[in-house]
Amino acid sequence: MTATKAPIEPPSQQRTVRRPGDRLFSGAAKGSGIFILLVLAGVAAFLISEALPALTAPSEEIPGGEGLASYVGPLILGTLLGAVIALLVATPLAVGIALYVTYYAPRRIAAGMGYVIDLLAAIPSVVYGFWGIAVLAPQLVPFHQWLTDTLGFLPFFAGPASTSGRTMLTVGIVLGVMILPIISAISREVFSQAPALHREAALALGATRWEMIRMAVLPYGKSGVIAGAMLGLGRALGETMAVAIILSGGAGATLNVISNSNPSTIASNIALSFPEATGLDVNTLIASGLALFLITLVVNMLARWIVNRRADFSGAN
Amino acid sequence: MAKRIEVSDLNIYYGNFLAVEGVNVSIEPRSITALIGPSGCGKSTFLRSLNRMHEVIPGARVEGKVVMDGQDLYGADTDPVDVRRQIGMVFQRPNPFPTMSIYDNVIAGNRLNNKKMKKSETDDLVERALRGANLWNEVKDRLARPGSGLSGGQQQRLCIARAIAVEPDVLLMDEPCSALDPISTLAIEDLMAELKERFTIVIVTHNMQQAARVSTSTGFFNLNGVGQPGRLIEFNPTEKIFSNPDQKATEDYISGRFG
Repeated sequence: MTATKAPIEPPSQQRTVRRPGDRLFSGAAKGSGIFILLVLAGVAAFLISEALPALTAPSEEIPGGEGLASYVGPLILGTLLGAVIALLVATPLAVGIALYVTYYAPRRIAAGMGYVIDLLAAIPSVVYGFWGIAVLAPQLVPFHQWLTDTLGFLPFFAGPASTSGRTMLTVGIVLGVMILPIISAISREVFSQAPALHREAALALGATRWEMIRMAVLPYGKSGVIAGAMLGLGRALGETMAVAIILSGGAGATLNVISNSNPSTIASNIALSFPEATGLDVNTLIASGLALFLITLVVNMLARWIVNRRADFSGAN
Repeated sequence: MAKRIEVSDLNIYYGNFLAVEGVNVSIEPRSITALIGPSGCGKSTFLRSLNRMHEVIPGARVEGKVVMDGQDLYGADTDPVDVRRQIGMVFQRPNPFPTMSIYDNVIAGNRLNNKKMKKSETDDLVERALRGANLWNEVKDRLARPGSGLSGGQQQRLCIARAIAVEPDVLLMDEPCSALDPISTLAIEDLMAELKERFTIVIVTHNMQQAARVSTSTGFFNLNGVGQPGRLIEFNPTEKIFSNPDQKATEDYISGRFG
């Protein structure tokens, strides 16, 4: 075989034939991508410009009279506390449900069960709020008492236990139920796509079903579970109505999640305070909204970083 | 080490569909047994029934007996997980665990069997298994890298290393070279000749030259038509199958008159 040197044309003269359909589709896809970036930039610009007066105002003019940091700080803490409890409640449960539906349940039950869990996502958050305050909160009162009795040495359960149950813990549990269908739906999807090739490799080595799941399914589905958890976290961070109904908030920063005095969350505080806010109060609320925006951004970047850290081992190559 | 497998009156089903019918065969220890036949004749199904991987598919079941050195593999008190720990398997497409390093892939089976091993022990084991699979020299400097970064032939040898690391009694290979180039195929055939000294090997292959090159005995599977069950038509020493087979169908198949 003799290698003949092909004449190399300058890149500028290389023109590939492009079909109109390809051009149309590429343009539409590019347009959609740019559009979402513009929306995001618009939201960020709005938040920053509206929050600016509050960011620059003297501290005694901010509601509470002690400056922006001490106004927004407890709200940030409350938002994170509720969302973290929700994640702690929902993620293990959702992974368990997803594994049961994909690998343990008889096929007929599995399909129906997945459907029923997805229905949880269709319940309006107002309904969750009423259920939380009318049913769950009173039921959880003894649990609150038990927590402070046995685990009272932890700052989270320092007490005194609430007698109404309208606490950050109750809120977190309700939020957990709300984000359960999101996490379990995505986990179910990725678990069911774990390649048969690797599942059979594990079984042929003499793995039990659980060992097979640990070797071939969970590592494969990990990034999907994290992505689902982040979507759920996003919803928990931003949830307004359910929190506004259940939580007796408004107190200062505290890690105690079972007492009557809880910090409010950013979203529910905006919803409750906005109708009566005027002037600088509005700017302050929007500044808290900016904080929520940044938190979500950081959380998502963190999740992405976690997923990418071991990209070599993800199975995507 | 290296055990004999006796199969008697084995019927293999997918749900109500009889896929393989009436197999009687005795597979000798320390030998390579090749299974050949046209597509869909049930050779892979039969192979998977030997280590109870067949029943992983919903609705799949078998009737009859498979006995390995006196141990009934389908006995009422036999755990399929134990069977698979004694009978290793290499698949058609290389399937190292993509989320594990080369090192962890090799000891994946041992981790299942025996939770506590010293680092020095596992190091020895990994080296022994990779040397056994003729892969050590190529990967010894990148044991911590993912197995999915290797070439197809290397991945398949990694899978063989993983299978022999647990010291199975029998090694089943389901068309182990069909996704590989000729050089990698040669490497794996050489490897099989070495492994024959220690294991009982059963290999399914579409490549009749391969069956003729590597095996001591050959079984020919065939089916009468679509929807009919596959049968073991002939089982004889490889030399006899390829020179003077008992059955007309076998001769037709290996001489390329059909299939």
